[in-house]
Amino acid sequence: MPKVVTQQVEFEGHFFEQTVVIEGDDITPWGPEKEFSVVGQPHTRIDGSERVTGGAKFTHDIHLPGMLYGKFLRSPHPHAQIKKISTSRAEKLPGVRAIFTYENSPEIPWRMGLTKLFDKRIRYAGEEVACVIADDESICLDALDLIEVEYEKLPSVVDAELALENNAPKLHEAGNLVTGKPETYARGDVEKGFKEADVVVEGTFRTQVALHNCMETHGSAAVWEGDNLKIWDSTQHIFGVRDMVATALGLPKHKVRVIKQYMGGGFGSKNGAGKYTILAALAAKKTGRPVKILLDRREENLLAGNRPSTLQIVKIGATRDGKLTAIYHKCIANEGAYAAWVAGSTGPSTRMYACPNVKAENFGVFTNLGPVAAFRAPGYVEGTFALEAMMDEVAAKLGIDPLELRLRNYAEVDPTSGKSFTTKGLRKAYEIGSEMIGWERRSQIKKQNSTATKKIGFGMGSQIWGGSGGPPAYSVVKINNDGTAVVLTGTQEIGTGAKTAMAQIAAEVLAFPIESISVELGDTQIGLYSPLSAGSMTLASVGPAVRGAAEDAKKQLLDVGSQVLNIPIEDLVIENGDFLNKKSGERTPVKKIYEKLQNYMIVGRGARGPNPADKVVNTFGAQFAQVEVDIETGKVTLQKIVAVHESGRVINPLATRSQLEGGIIQGLGFALCEQRFVDPHLGLVLNASLETYKIPTMMDIPAIEAEMVNMPDPDVNNLGVKGIGEPPIIPTPAAIANAVADALGKRIYELPLSADRVLNTLYPSSQNERSS
Amino acid sequence: MLKASAKSLVQLQVNGQAQEISIEPRRTLLDALRVDLGLTGTKKGCDEGTCGACTVLKEGKPVYSCLTLAIECEHSRIETIENLAKDGKMHPVQFAFIEQDALQCGFCTPGQIMSIKALLDQNPKPTESDIKRAVTGNLCRCGAYPNIVKAALSAAERLRRGG
Repeated sequence: MPKVVTQQVEFEGHFFEQTVVIEGDDITPWGPEKEFSVVGQPHTRIDGSERVTGGAKFTHDIHLPGMLYGKFLRSPHPHAQIKKISTSRAEKLPGVRAIFTYENSPEIPWRMGLTKLFDKRIRYAGEEVACVIADDESICLDALDLIEVEYEKLPSVVDAELALENNAPKLHEAGNLVTGKPETYARGDVEKGFKEADVVVEGTFRTQVALHNCMETHGSAAVWEGDNLKIWDSTQHIFGVRDMVATALGLPKHKVRVIKQYMGGGFGSKNGAGKYTILAALAAKKTGRPVKILLDRREENLLAGNRPSTLQIVKIGATRDGKLTAIYHKCIANEGAYAAWVAGSTGPSTRMYACPNVKAENFGVFTNLGPVAAFRAPGYVEGTFALEAMMDEVAAKLGIDPLELRLRNYAEVDPTSGKSFTTKGLRKAYEIGSEMIGWERRSQIKKQNSTATKKIGFGMGSQIWGGSGGPPAYSVVKINNDGTAVVLTGTQEIGTGAKTAMAQIAAEVLAFPIESISVELGDTQIGLYSPLSAGSMTLASVGPAVRGAAEDAKKQLLDVGSQVLNIPIEDLVIENGDFLNKKSGERTPVKKIYEKLQNYMIVGRGARGPNPADKVVNTFGAQFAQVEVDIETGKVTLQKIVAVHESGRVINPLATRSQLEGGIIQGLGFALCEQRFVDPHLGLVLNASLETYKIPTMMDIPAIEAEMVNMPDPDVNNLGVKGIGEPPIIPTPAAIANAVADALGKRIYELPLSADRVLNTLYPSSQNERSS
Repeated sequence: MLKASAKSLVQLQVNGQAQEISIEPRRTLLDALRVDLGLTGTKKGCDEGTCGACTVLKEGKPVYSCLTLAIECEHSRIETIENLAKDGKMHPVQFAFIEQDALQCGFCTPGQIMSIKALLDQNPKPTESDIKRAVTGNLCRCGAYPNIVKAALSAAERLRRGG
């Protein structure tokens, strides 16, 4: 029976209450002792062949007869009012089929009503001014040159601190502070806590804007079939895109079908529809032809989202014996022109350590730059960098080993609620990781391997994040009459291997060979609701529903099998795709029963059960870095990263390892080489290309040793799994920055740890000479 | 009066087949493959020669097809990802990419595979360093790099054993 309950839900580091309907998930969770044949075994991707042969159809690859293409005209100014726009010359260009501007487009509210589909007010350079639809992308580009726009330039502000000043240009009527107020948190009394401290350290940190740079840029293709709208969208959230499109165009949801089979990276930036989605749909309607609109690399880097830059102040007090007495953490994040929420950069400071007195203030500021988007563990990467740096400073002041300091302040229960954790494998992660990196021997390694100009350093970082997933999420398992099965969900495969993990779960439950299982997803019309593939929640949300559906299907199969084969149900099991009579040992292929039943189809149904009400679900991990810093050139070489994480039960060790490596590699990019540059006077992004915005390449990869503390979580869901998509990026920059500080004997408070910052930190006088 | 640009007929040799397409001189090989010939296995990640997703082989050598004009390729042998599997049997490099999980989202994968294939065609026994150099021009945002090296080594081994 469905039950309506209110429960606490976590998403991307934010917690809120949500009313959910819980449907009879009375399936006993797989306990730690459970033995498996498919789950927990490394398995190659079930969709591997599509991805290596070029057969996988990404949104970019959707090509329909008669297809038209679209391109946007974008504002060259960071802040302006459009006075006049003329498209008449562009319209005359052969091959141009339609041009959309504010003059002929519906007034669709956008970005939570902060702007419109086409707004005469421009708030960042790169914002949409017009959209040309033509036979070919090159014709679109020609036509863009022929559109004449008269702008009234307005004073702009791109610096978050300046934007908070009273006389700063205002982006929105309500001011430049996102949501009008900072997000705050407090427990205990920090003032009292700092008074009780024997040592107090304080640091001001800056982190840069990072650009997602998904290899497949954002885009959509749309076609109308009668009054049914079909959209292919490169998205992490097909149902979210469907709902946004239905609302924007005033369509009922059953008339909008959103499809996404393969996607070339998202990392948080593809959680909803874009203006390109709406324009593709509008243009397809107007022209009666399919329309595809894809962003190019520069557009991607101007407006498709970013990890906001932060200014953070962290102050920590501790007693002589290394007990934290107070943490204060303030963060000001530059959100760009539009934002509805602020990433929880102060979250690690409030949740990681058992500190009685904590105060946090989290400000988001509007500026005349492209808007933010969630980027793999938004806020926590930045906040952990600052917190863990200060933890090392406390350790240094007290003469305590950094790892020992963390252990002395280990949170046995969730410090914000006092509730216990479902599982917490952090102590184990510290233990295994420190052993793997040789933490105890590090002074020796440093002495042996450092030279007069090349200094070795070691550092560590801890990780806390959500990743519980939660309801609602549904699945259906169908058994075909040849003994194969199809798992149906409405989730997305964004490259993490979720599809394979779900096949493993179904194969395990049904006791079918995995080769006889296929998994369908990525289609709102035939799929069942699943949440967005973000917040490390896909497998932990959808996986339990798949198990539920498979258990239901198996129950039916045994029931029917017992009747057809005339074997008492208690004697019947399924093994490797066969019915097995436990008493006689006789095997009968599953498909055999269908000779009598013909096209009878078993349909099993499953739904994600509730999260535990009395416990807190978090994921944990620890990383250790070994670096070499050349004190003549300032070059930081990351020699080794050791990562040990705990995210409950591991379903597929092969794909999990890929997630760990991928997160670490993005993390080292953030620590060492990635940075968006903006001209502060012009308000223009200077490096919106992959030539000038450097993401890690093959040559930047260190030795990576990654392991999971395989700790099935008995409370989180019926599989015992938590998410692993985001956790591995969180502690990487912290560990690297602490290792660089260890190598230099001096701390750099700003990311990335570029050669110039290393040299300016080592030789501050030369910096003064340069700036004078 | 504005006019559409003039198109000309261009003959290409793609995956062993003669193709004739009518294109503007500015058409890149990448767009010719993807749009005019429907070979969408080759990907467009940047269209400005910085990511490598569009890597194809021209006369056996890896090139960025986004930086190559289609008209430059008349009478050159072009090979794309679609040509690797034969009669439904994958090329050892493709097999190794799956086996070593050398991909996540899979968008850069065709380009990575073409670069590795070109390397192995030239050098059947590459070192790790040879492999890394061969794909320095192929970006992977998911970070599959360590497994790409493993896949290339395993494919080389498999090829030496005769596929």
